[in-house]
Amino acid sequence: MIQIEELRKTYRVRGREVTAVDGVDLTVREGEIFGVLGRSGAGKSTLLRCVNLLERPDSGRVVVDGEDLLALGGAGLRRARQRIGMIHQHFGLLGSRTVAGNVAFPLEVMGVPRAERAERVAELLDLVGLAGHADAHPAQISGGQKQRVGIARALAGRPKVLLSDEATSALDPDTTASILQLLRDLNRRLGLTVLLITHEMEVVKRICDSAAVMRDGRFTESGRVTELLARPGSELARGLFPLPPAEPRPGTTLLEVTFAGDSTDQPFVSALARKYSLDVNILGGAIETIGGERVGRLRLELPGGPEANAAQIAFLRDSGLTVVLTAPATDQEDAR
Amino acid sequence: MNWDEVTPLLWPATRETLYMTGVATLFTAVLGLLLGVLLVVTERGGLLSAPPVNRVLSFAVNVGRSLPFLILMVAIIPFTKVVVGTSIGNAAAIVPLTVGAIPFYARLVEIALREVDTGVIAAAEAMGATRREIVGKVMLREARPGLVSGLTVTVIALIGYTAMAGTVGGGGLGNLAIVYGYQRFEGKVMLATVVLLVLMVLIIQAAGDLVARRLTHR
Ligand SMILES: Nc1ncnc2c1ncn2[C@@H]1O[C@H](COP(=O)(O)OP(=O)(O)OP(=O)(O)O)[C@@H](O)[C@H]1O
Ligand SMILES: [Mg+2]
Repeated sequence: MIQIEELRKTYRVRGREVTAVDGVDLTVREGEIFGVLGRSGAGKSTLLRCVNLLERPDSGRVVVDGEDLLALGGAGLRRARQRIGMIHQHFGLLGSRTVAGNVAFPLEVMGVPRAERAERVAELLDLVGLAGHADAHPAQISGGQKQRVGIARALAGRPKVLLSDEATSALDPDTTASILQLLRDLNRRLGLTVLLITHEMEVVKRICDSAAVMRDGRFTESGRVTELLARPGSELARGLFPLPPAEPRPGTTLLEVTFAGDSTDQPFVSALARKYSLDVNILGGAIETIGGERVGRLRLELPGGPEANAAQIAFLRDSGLTVVLTAPATDQEDAR
Repeated sequence: MNWDEVTPLLWPATRETLYMTGVATLFTAVLGLLLGVLLVVTERGGLLSAPPVNRVLSFAVNVGRSLPFLILMVAIIPFTKVVVGTSIGNAAAIVPLTVGAIPFYARLVEIALREVDTGVIAAAEAMGATRREIVGKVMLREARPGLVSGLTVTVIALIGYTAMAGTVGGGGLGNLAIVYGYQRFEGKVMLATVVLLVLMVLIIQAAGDLVARRLTHR
């Protein structure tokens, strides 16, 4: 539904060049929610703004719903934008218009006749649960309600694609949860494809089917969330399931075991303990349900050094788990 | 002079002042708005980014703003003659009044437009709005309270200018104050014109504030 190839965007500020997006490839499948996670300054907003060409990339390709946006002229681009919804961190509502007036705005832009507009506005406000607030002004409603107006407005043109730039960053946790729930519902009910950017793990955890981690203008990892979590060394996994730093005590082996997808339902810790008659210590862990699947990471301590545990590690890997050995930090220090 | 002699002088002079201020306000509102919008949209990265045009406009506005009204009035006499055929009287005063007020209001328009949240403008762009829609339905509309407040300040400045125009034959309350109050030491006339000017300013300020408040939805 959204296809981006080799996207690059460099800003020139007072002679200095800042490469905000540095060769990003991205494919968002129809009907999925794709999250781009990254720190401040990673280039997330720039990337998103390139998808509806609010920002013109220096090079690359941007195809949305089969249309090559960079090939379009002014009028064509405006029409394409009318079919791409966008919601914003600070809502971007017109303070001088009522809630209903704000939702009507894109319909005016599209040239929908007045009578039809009123009907569609009522329908949209109903969809986002704001039917009773049509005549309020943005200053009179809460942040969560403002974002609902933003969502209603973004959906006015029945877009297939919704872009979201930190839509929940200005909201408290409860309100964030309700807005994410609304996006999930809309995604399911309308088959809406969503590309969102965020710096909150929580957002990815709650609603994303796929995700990418962005750093310094590039994707460091990208794929389905459950696949990423099972990838050794995944930043996303570490972020979603933080384990406190640890190093093995002498004569033991520390393992970080990530389970996701098919491997989740087996009681692998007890299986391991039984099979090798081991005392397995669980030093930390986190388990969550993501996209209806159980996913998690555990830190296990096994008696004996890594050589002694080769068979045990192989057993875990054969069970479909991702296993990473935690190296003793002291070795490196001795080597100095 | 007693008050019975003073009052008949006041009404025509007041009418002249209102006439000059009113017509000049009308032209200033339209042309100042236009110039203010141009100042904003032509800046680098603006909706109609054209930095050279922007520099020229900005320079013209600065020159206009830096000339004291009295000097401007004299300096553009040839232009005034071309426009209205004469350089004295009410109609002739309207030309320098407008020319002096346009850059003043244009800057205030510029300030009001810059106050508009760039996020709202980006949102409109993302919805596929045309530039015309963004200027008309977003920028000007969102800036309405500021545009009204700015116009209020401008109208009051214009009243001040009309008094000055009066001193060089433009008519109105300023003329009355000079001819009777200053040259003939008629204290009553002076007092009456001062009271009337103050009243005008108070009423215009109050009306402007009211409209601006109505347009603000906080
Ligand atoms: N209009 C601009 N002009 C110049 N530099 C810019 C512009 N927009 C972004 N940048 C630079 O590009 C880089 C990426 O910015 P961007 O806003 O895309 O980051 P981000 O990941 O969205 O950050 P945040 O989480 O803070 O919103 C930053 O170094 C920023 O300073
Ligand atoms: Mg950003």
